[in-house]
Amino acid sequence: MIRLPAFEYLAPRTVGDAVKYLADRGADAMLVAGGTDLFPNMKRGQFEPKALVGLRGIRELSGVSGDGRAGLTIGAATTLSAVAAHPEVARRYPALATAAGLVSSPQLRNAATLGGNVCVDTRCNWYNQSYEWRKAVGFCMKKDGDICLVAPGSSRCWAVSSSDTAPVLWALGATARLAGPAGERTLPVSALYQDDGIAYLAKRPDEILTELALPAADGWDSVYLKLRRRGSFDFPVLGVAVAVRREGEVVREARVVLGAVASTPREAAAASTALVGQRLTSESITRAAEAAAGPAKPLDNTDFTHPYRKRLVRVYVARALARLAGLDAGPSSFDGFEGRPGFPGEPRALAGGVRGGSSPPRLNNQGAISGPPPST
Amino acid sequence: MNIRLSLTVNDESRELLVPVHKTLLEVLREDLDLIGTKHGCELGECGTCTVLVDGAPVLSCIALPADLQDSDITTVEGMADGSRLHPLQQAFAELGAAQCGYCTPGILLTAKALLADDPTPTRQRIREALAGNLCRCTGYTKILDAVELAALRMGQRPVRAMT
Repeated sequence: MIRLPAFEYLAPRTVGDAVKYLADRGADAMLVAGGTDLFPNMKRGQFEPKALVGLRGIRELSGVSGDGRAGLTIGAATTLSAVAAHPEVARRYPALATAAGLVSSPQLRNAATLGGNVCVDTRCNWYNQSYEWRKAVGFCMKKDGDICLVAPGSSRCWAVSSSDTAPVLWALGATARLAGPAGERTLPVSALYQDDGIAYLAKRPDEILTELALPAADGWDSVYLKLRRRGSFDFPVLGVAVAVRREGEVVREARVVLGAVASTPREAAAASTALVGQRLTSESITRAAEAAAGPAKPLDNTDFTHPYRKRLVRVYVARALARLAGLDAGPSSFDGFEGRPGFPGEPRALAGGVRGGSSPPRLNNQGAISGPPPST
Repeated sequence: MNIRLSLTVNDESRELLVPVHKTLLEVLREDLDLIGTKHGCELGECGTCTVLVDGAPVLSCIALPADLQDSDITTVEGMADGSRLHPLQQAFAELGAAQCGYCTPGILLTAKALLADDPTPTRQRIREALAGNLCRCTGYTKILDAVELAALRMGQRPVRAMT
């Protein structure tokens, strides 16, 4: 049995008490909601808190309110299952329902929370290992060591932002509400992250993420695509979130945000710019997809080779936009489960629906971005 | 730090005093002697330790009992009705939907939750529901067959009066 180390457990009923407990315990304390990332990390020695402040008993942190017309507010401790299944999320913010529904496995999503996924620890092949494994390779700077084992000459940590929902919330223009000893503050999700594998959150350690607020959805469409080896369990090794607002067929606003390509979700601003004022045609999609590949600079520290992950940025952005344009024509959205037999090295794309659509993204009139992704 | 826990497991109230950092899996197996719940990876990556909390499948290896005192917990021991197997258990046994059997309790419970939510699931829906349960022996085909068979039988059975 791999056991949790001992800790003091505090179970406040209000956000105010949680803030107080967290401030009292200082750096010795951590927050826990679903515990699906924290507990495995504690068992492996990545986290060693002396006290945990549990958020599950705080009613005000759970639930979804509002609607797509006025905007939607989601409590940070709402489970990913609840987010994925919420009718208004699925109808008006389909990329968020998709992303929440693709995190890990069904059991995990029944416990894991949206706030937890937004704040989920960055990941790296040299870090997400047992204590003994990490000790054998001499530890890395993210935990117990001094250097980065991916880029030993580097002064910073390159662990990868591995949230599915963060790039989506960023693309949708969501804001995050934080509660701390000095009161509450709200900041765009795009300002919640920093490009550092250790200090990846702009949230201060004594602050609690309490809710995510989505702006009105009128006119917006969104889609999220995820690359990973297996159709379940795996964290993203590439996430593509695209949100566009169209008037008629012309794109007026667009945000393309990439997950798992850096220590922070990364907006492909050039891709967004390339789409504004355009109709979504195979030509404009190809241009935007080329532009999106620029900011993605994956390193060799997750599953799949990093040149392959870089190459797939263009492919996945094109697929996401093709889906929004209604240019896709494939048979099944869950090709991680059905279709081709799997073999090691073959990537699986899981895609959710946009506005009731259920086909995988595929540009059938554009040879370069149609068909299955090449195997490594 | 010990904590006095009041848990409802398989419709029975259980009182116990345990260290607060013991997981639900450890408490079930070591303090309540409910060893039908198996420990696999113990890191949330295999689904073997799945139990139902208020009817929803969760992983007991990364759940804190302290958080679950207001919830109904169901383990595989709570599936049979006395000596009468649950239709899922019956179907798994008849079709040989287990080889080593280690993942079976978690899969039975996950399937139970699915059938409560959707009594006539498509095969695809069953695959998605069981996507968090690894089986290293069977190749899954007979597991899927057994869930379909149980769904069929449960749909045909007249509703029994609650006593």
